Amino acid sequence: MLEEQGPEWMSEEVKTGTTIIAVEFDGGVVLGSDSRVSAGASVVNRVMNKLSPLHDRIYCALSGSAADAQTIAETVNYQLDVHSMELGEDPLVCSAATLVKNISYQYKEELSAHLIVGGWDRRGGGQVYATLSGLLTRQPFALGGSGSSYVYGYLDAEYRAGAGRTDTQRLVVDTLSLAMSRDGSSGGVAYLVTIDGDGVEEKVFLGNELPTFYDQ
Amino acid sequence: MEIDSISSGSPASPSPLGAQPMQLNGCRSFRSMLGSPDISLANNAYWGIPSRRWDANAWKRQSSSAEQLPVLMSLFGGEMSLLRSPLQPPSPGFSFDLTERNAVLGRLLEGSPPPRPVKTGTTISGMVFRDGVVLGADTRATSGDVVADKMCAKIHRISANMYCCGAGTAADTQKTTDLLASNLALFSLNSQRAPRVLMAASILQDTLYRYGGQIGAHLILGGVDYSGAHLYTVGPYGSVDKLPFVSMGSGSMAALGILEDRYKPNMEVEEAKVLVRDSVQAGIMGDLGSGSNVDLCVITAQAVDYIRPYQESQYTNGRNRKYKYPPGTTALLSEKVVPLRMELVTEAVQRMETH
Repeated sequence: MLEEQGPEWMSEEVKTGTTIIAVEFDGGVVLGSDSRVSAGASVVNRVMNKLSPLHDRIYCALSGSAADAQTIAETVNYQLDVHSMELGEDPLVCSAATLVKNISYQYKEELSAHLIVGGWDRRGGGQVYATLSGLLTRQPFALGGSGSSYVYGYLDAEYRAGAGRTDTQRLVVDTLSLAMSRDGSSGGVAYLVTIDGDGVEEKVFLGNELPTFYDQ
Repeated sequence: MEIDSISSGSPASPSPLGAQPMQLNGCRSFRSMLGSPDISLANNAYWGIPSRRWDANAWKRQSSSAEQLPVLMSLFGGEMSLLRSPLQPPSPGFSFDLTERNAVLGRLLEGSPPPRPVKTGTTISGMVFRDGVVLGADTRATSGDVVADKMCAKIHRISANMYCCGAGTAADTQKTTDLLASNLALFSLNSQRAPRVLMAASILQDTLYRYGGQIGAHLILGGVDYSGAHLYTVGPYGSVDKLPFVSMGSGSMAALGILEDRYKPNMEVEEAKVLVRDSVQAGIMGDLGSGSNVDLCVITAQAVDYIRPYQESQYTNGRNRKYKYPPGTTALLSEKVVPLRMELVTEAVQRMETH
């Protein structure tokens, strides 16, 4: 065979088959993600942090094509920097989400990435926005990625409006753990980012620190 | 000369690109005859840089094809974007020059499969150790089932403090790293600063992302700058990962197993060299596309040690590669001397002005 192309994953695009979650609580927002990046059947990076900062108190969670998602996050990071310098104050979460939505909508045919935006600002407190396919909607919690389909029911059942900080963190970690154990494209470690008026807290849950359920 | 004889067999086609499909097909068989993956005629076409011989044929054919102008503009647009200096702001938006060109080619070729660039099966790996980074690579370049080059160099110099291993399409990795190296050299001269590894990774990411995966370069970039030792991997679609150890290429799964098992942070240099050598060796033994020798490159803040080869293949056939035979090796059976008598017909002297 003259046309040897090598194994398929050499030519496959690198995707973050993923579970990403963002949940609002009283006074802030918790974002969570797994850490697996795959190219076809092989894992390219098992420790990628998919929670990317857009500004001091605004983060986004990446899913879909790794290259597209990274590029959108970097572009919006730059645009928010310029915007906040022009305003002279921290930008709103809504502005960040709108910038992400603009890119996702204008290039929706060419891109295959979905970003969830979550953060805290002085006007609206903790907020979560979903920007799938270029829509913009504010939700109390948002899920994304291939692993999210396994845990919609769990999150619908367990979400409590007005929950506190630690309860929400525990909810996000439990949901991530369930999704990672069911979805082949999600796994590795769990990253958590908690944003409130006082600042940002980043946490990593290694494999043996994740909560276990009935079959583990 | 060969190009003319190939294109004379092409079907009568009004478009100037009627020459190109035949040329690419001709080049493919031409290339497989020679077995070298580096004949860059076809690969130049993939980069949008019109090669000189293609141009000569194209401009000979007059055509009023509506497809001529946008494709040619996309080719020149692709060339200009590649040569753009890093000091100018990057052009906004995505660059779909090559996808348009590919679509036009696909329509023209319709029926026959489009030409595919040659990939080199490879094992490349790298890791961060206490004082810097170690990069390793095998040295086999394949063209289909034949080993085209037993001693090819896959670790490319980017700057004094940065080296880059490349897997995937040989021409793409060489060209991408060459362009990166020259752009960074210009940047250093303009700013009086040594470039950071992060800058090189960002430039690679920008370039590869703009071409949407059309450039088949899977790269491992490692180096030491003022902020420490860094190791990045850049995929062909433009995704970047910063990791303590990484491997790419068709032998990467074999190499990664070794690295996952024995990697520890802050290893000593000799232990790190042995680990990278072992990981590349696993690829050489376990992957058909990798083989021959192991090259290593050890980069620290003080010096760069490019060890080529670090380990030689034990499967050579002992050929000297010296073909100088002493006089008398071939038996002389008979000898006949015929003097050539030449008549002096005319003689002309021309003075040269030399100062």
